[in-house]
Amino acid sequence: MPEEAVLLQMDNIDKMYPGVRALNKVSFTLRRGEIHSLCGENGAGKSTLIKILTGAEARDGGDVFLDGIPIFPRIPMDAQRLGISTVYQEVNLCPNLSVAENIFIGRQPRKNRWGIDWKKMNRLAEAAMARLNIRMDVADALGEYSVAIQQMVAIARAADTNAKVLVLDEPTSSLDTKEVRQLFHVMRTLKGQGMGIIFISHFIDQIYEITDRLTILRNGSFIDSGTIKELPRMSLISKMIGKDIAAGVSHKDGREDAQAEKKEFYSAKRLGKRGLISPVDMAVKYGEVLGFAGLLGCGRTETARLIFGIDRPDDAAIKVKGQRVRINSPADAIRCGIGFCPEDRKTDGIIANLTVRENIILALQGRYGMFRRIPFARQVEIANHYIKLLSIATPGCEQLAGNLSGGNQQKVILARWLTINPELLLLDEPTRGIDIGAKAEIMNIVVRLAAEGKAIVFISSELDEVVRCSDRVLVFRDRSLIGELKGEVNTRRIMETIAYSGQEEAGG
Amino acid sequence: MDKLKALARRKEMLSIAALVLLLLFNVFFTPGFFSLELKEGHFYGSLIDILKRGAPLMFMAIGMTFVIATGSTDISVGSVAAIAGAVAAQMIGGDFSAEAGSAAASLTPLPLAIAAALVVATLCGVWNGFLVSRLGIQALIATLMLQVAGRGIAQLITRGNVITMYYKPFFEFGTGYFLGFPICIYVVLAVALAAYLFSKKTSYGLFLESSGSNRSSSRYAGIKVQTMIWVAFAISGLMAGIAGVLIASEVKAADANTAGLNYELDAILAVVLGGNSMKGGRFSLPGSLIGALLVQALTTTIYMKGVPAQTILVFKASVVIIVGIIQTTDYKKLLGRFAKKQASGNFEVGK
Repeated sequence: MPEEAVLLQMDNIDKMYPGVRALNKVSFTLRRGEIHSLCGENGAGKSTLIKILTGAEARDGGDVFLDGIPIFPRIPMDAQRLGISTVYQEVNLCPNLSVAENIFIGRQPRKNRWGIDWKKMNRLAEAAMARLNIRMDVADALGEYSVAIQQMVAIARAADTNAKVLVLDEPTSSLDTKEVRQLFHVMRTLKGQGMGIIFISHFIDQIYEITDRLTILRNGSFIDSGTIKELPRMSLISKMIGKDIAAGVSHKDGREDAQAEKKEFYSAKRLGKRGLISPVDMAVKYGEVLGFAGLLGCGRTETARLIFGIDRPDDAAIKVKGQRVRINSPADAIRCGIGFCPEDRKTDGIIANLTVRENIILALQGRYGMFRRIPFARQVEIANHYIKLLSIATPGCEQLAGNLSGGNQQKVILARWLTINPELLLLDEPTRGIDIGAKAEIMNIVVRLAAEGKAIVFISSELDEVVRCSDRVLVFRDRSLIGELKGEVNTRRIMETIAYSGQEEAGG
Repeated sequence: MDKLKALARRKEMLSIAALVLLLLFNVFFTPGFFSLELKEGHFYGSLIDILKRGAPLMFMAIGMTFVIATGSTDISVGSVAAIAGAVAAQMIGGDFSAEAGSAAASLTPLPLAIAAALVVATLCGVWNGFLVSRLGIQALIATLMLQVAGRGIAQLITRGNVITMYYKPFFEFGTGYFLGFPICIYVVLAVALAAYLFSKKTSYGLFLESSGSNRSSSRYAGIKVQTMIWVAFAISGLMAGIAGVLIASEVKAADANTAGLNYELDAILAVVLGGNSMKGGRFSLPGSLIGALLVQALTTTIYMKGVPAQTILVFKASVVIIVGIIQTTDYKKLLGRFAKKQASGNFEVGK
């Protein structure tokens, strides 16, 4: 590739956040007229790199060259002026304004000092959309169009500011298949016009369909970069996750032998929701840890939310202990004996300004209802019991839960569910953001609970952990269930399943 | 010492301190503020006056505390009070000519009339709760409807007239005395105690605090957040109803246009002065009651100082601004820094 083809060059970018090295000498090269995927799991540094490129964050070290000229964008406006435009996941336009107004907001063509030249603006907007091969009435309010079209308008707006570099951050996550086609068509059109496009997506299929080259980051470091041909799916996934293909064997000692005799607690047929996850057939047995594996956004959390009734499944046949039930709300699920530790501890789990005691008894009290209050002394007794059982580090049960460390907050939520003595416990990323010691403790608790006969669904982006805890693993990709692994589960088999659609997994 | 510190950090402390300051101010600058007279077995004086005049506000503040704990507001309480007053007056009757002077009878048995007024007020609250919790309309907008329409409804009930009542037993609530103190004060105490016990002896308080603090977490824990919000609005309606009946009993008439006018803002003010956050979550009923007393004491003080009544809002606004500033996190940080500096100045730091 000749040197002049390089459009954007980021060399040895460093970025420190308090206590964390977000980027460690990361380099990234974007060429003219290419679509380049930036790949990595949570915390890999993708968004930090983009923020530095767009001027939303200042870099601590390294150089950025655009067309060979060093640039120092300090605010997003700087980057935009230089020709670097970004379209974020959520369309941040004004739905009540017209399409043309949205495209030209802040830079409307003027008639004279005071007036806006509406005719010219609409004409220019039509031209901008036509460049993306979209014909539409630009005087209509943006909100009248579908999300996909709104996304196109955002792109048109970005592409119109004489952009050389276009960053698309998860643009497809709210689009359906047809709309994705439309978007890809637009991306190819822009690519043909010589624009360099940075594409971030967690849909592996889409990455392989549209991109020319990709760069992989992991834990803030540059891992690899190359063309699609040089990086087949298997090596992309193993590089993203960071596991040697050979490593990671199940640590259980023949526990799966006993699986056959165990009774089914929960089963679901066609558990799915349009636009969220395609229908899944699954079952969990007593005393079994069922792992959900897959990359970020693959549908594992969505499935757990459907099981727990947070989102209503479209049309599912759910059985608990062999009985047909309807689960349309968390309260329904709790009544069936299901508990759920959510992925986002802060917004969905812990209630920071209630005490540890109140947090622990909340679900139990919720089941008792308003008028059968658990006497205070009993509340203290329950709280202290679980503080001891799970070794929660807190000065006392009257401490505000928000003052505890992440790992201890996680244990408080675990305790909340243990109080209702659930038969099925859904654990979504129970080990995220907590230190190594606490991780091991939580995994031990999980295995112990299963040994006591509880059914557990264990969701983690750490394949190691899934392998270590689970008796059986369901593998998800691109919002659908693509395979089930039984017997000798290891990270290699999981990664192969993720990479190759699961048709070949039967061999195992 | 630690207990003292914990006490000082309680959120009600700010309003108590403000109340004490205001009373101290009156000790020095308002002669006769603290004088208590015993006339015909009744106590008279500014302090009694504050309690008596503050009673409707205290009722509303109790209801408003629950609503604010969910992170909502109810600005319809003044109008709901007017509706309750109108219902009571209509049922008790205002036809003077039909009666032989002061010994007028009631059209409906008194308990029934009062019960009807309270039921109607509670239904108003249920309506508000329905709009907010089931239809998901923002509380401010949802309750604005009834704030505006409520006075119209009250006028429909009274057929556009100011209904004057002549049935004496009804006036006892607003003007009667028992053991030297106004009867309404006992009712306030009883209702406040009932509300307090309801929040503490059932799990309603816990569910309300958890719903107000973190809606999503509470839902995941199996709490019916929407129902909790609904109940809070119903309670607020009931409390506004009691206040409305009290106002009608005190002025011996139901005036759809002026009864309970602007009370919603005072009620919100009382709750916030009591240390409750508008964001919802943790709440304190005693705090709200003290807040209500503070608002009333401020009003009474201003009147007694001979300040023109028109400027009273300016004084209230100043108090709100000051308290608002004190409650901001920035101010607390500043205070914390100040306290730290003092500590490092007075004591050895470290070893």
